[in-house]
Amino acid sequence: MRPLSVHALQKNYHLGQSEAFVGLGRPDGSGSSSISFEVDKGEIFGIIGPDGAGKTTLFRILATLLLPDSGSATVEGLDVCKDYKTIRHRIGYMPGRFSLYKDLSVIENLTFFATLFNTTVDANKALIDPIYKQIEPFKDRLAGKLSGGMKQKLALSCALVHKPSLLLLDEPTTGVDAVSRSEFWDMLHTLKAEGITILVSTPYMDEAQRCDRVALIQEGRFLDIDSPAGIVDRFDQQLLAVQGDRVTRLLSAIRQIKGVKHCHAFGDSLHVTVEKAGLNPDQLTALLTEKGQTGFSVTTISPTIEDCFLELTQPSHSSKP
Amino acid sequence: MNAVIPTPLSPLNPDQQTAVIHTEGLTKTFGSFTAVDGISFTVQKGEIFGFLGANGAGKTTAMRMLCGLSKPSAGKGWVAGYDIASQSEQVKRRIGYMSQKFALYEDLRVWENIRLYGGIYGVPKDEIAPRTEAMLASLGLSDQRNSYVTDLPLGWKQKLAFSVATFHQPDIVFLDEPTGGVDPATRRQFWELIYQAADQGITIFVTTHYMDEAEYCDRVSIMVDGRIEALDSPSNLKRQFQADNMDQVFRQLARKATRGQD
Repeated sequence: MRPLSVHALQKNYHLGQSEAFVGLGRPDGSGSSSISFEVDKGEIFGIIGPDGAGKTTLFRILATLLLPDSGSATVEGLDVCKDYKTIRHRIGYMPGRFSLYKDLSVIENLTFFATLFNTTVDANKALIDPIYKQIEPFKDRLAGKLSGGMKQKLALSCALVHKPSLLLLDEPTTGVDAVSRSEFWDMLHTLKAEGITILVSTPYMDEAQRCDRVALIQEGRFLDIDSPAGIVDRFDQQLLAVQGDRVTRLLSAIRQIKGVKHCHAFGDSLHVTVEKAGLNPDQLTALLTEKGQTGFSVTTISPTIEDCFLELTQPSHSSKP
Repeated sequence: MNAVIPTPLSPLNPDQQTAVIHTEGLTKTFGSFTAVDGISFTVQKGEIFGFLGANGAGKTTAMRMLCGLSKPSAGKGWVAGYDIASQSEQVKRRIGYMSQKFALYEDLRVWENIRLYGGIYGVPKDEIAPRTEAMLASLGLSDQRNSYVTDLPLGWKQKLAFSVATFHQPDIVFLDEPTGGVDPATRRQFWELIYQAADQGITIFVTTHYMDEAEYCDRVSIMVDGRIEALDSPSNLKRQFQADNMDQVFRQLARKATRGQD
């Protein structure tokens, strides 16, 4: 039985008082869409996209906290609407917002969640230990007094205390610094090694590399589902990187060149998308030199997931007023 | 602990007179805990200054002092020419502030938000209307002036929030993780707005967890355990730490933290 199977899921809300929709999928009509995917046992599956893309709506439905408008989802063959009581014993859910009891201590929170599931902290100590032992020195501290990184570790411990087979982690690394983020991903890989299936969402594109498969999501729609390498392979344009001292000047010069589809800043370089078999580095160098640009270099590079996301969202990009 | 005990202050030197931020041994303690441990740095007019650090390094505490919201325990600081300890009200008038969490009132219309902030920051009444029109036109949001902020897509909200934070033409704007959770295209458009503002002479003080954005700053400081451990242009920092990118620089420094995240 698949740990998770999602078929044609939709759940929509109006954005404020306007006609525009937010949520997951879009209602019937010309732009109708829905979400379908399956997660295999022991997989780390990432849902990657910005705020407002529908990530939390998806997690709430799968955690049996919200009913979909249409479509279905099953956890180990159990229906999220009909069999919600059984499912709740099988999943560990970590919401995006810190949802533990701030006025209980670390150990009290953990004991509380263990008791809710008719178990004890000791019974599942081996599973939570790699994470819990990092906060154990502070076990008598109130949860509300913990730092962001420690709260995150406690929340993950509480989500694991009843030994779930599927973890649902909604943006566990948002607002966390780069070093703590990679430590958190190390922990997820430890849990994967224990056979736990993990569905995790994130707005950070670089975290795709730590997933077995990812779905890129924007405006309630999946743009692509595949392994990170598979998504990168499907990038059907050519990508050039331009490095130089005066990046902003270069940016506007490059955007005026015929044959350039897009140009975006990527840290200390500019990524330039051109058609396959279009401009090569030498040609772009010549064209930029013609425009009076100096002190730069052009190379061919492979795309990152963020390049792919930008490419997939470009044609229908709606944030542009 | 090597908290700098400030010596009696000398008059500002010419370099410091064009500074928008200048601190000397700025320190904040909470009981026995030293959150900010004697930081000294200068930010010049029109600079884009990246203020980085791991969670718990003391960034927020430092920023609250610079905004006049929290009194230093020791040391000195000036923002926009005013003493952050004794002239915090003047400081607040000369700065703008925007964060991802707190930006605009969702249940007010676009023009109402602008009117409110303009009033709070003392923009003359007869200037608010023309400046509002000019701002909405340049953002391409003129048709949205009567929309409730809650009805706007996230990307538009961010841009509007930034423009509102600079509406009173402050000397400096503090941006606290302004692009968190924003899609890749909008994140880049947001930085183009930042560059425009810097070109107009507004100093930008920005925190971020996206290390590629650190590369867009003129200079970057990295805080570790309450102290500024590194401060230079991104290219100099990469040379100094023999790193390919700012992410590697950040990791080398942040790993040295001993006080963890508590």
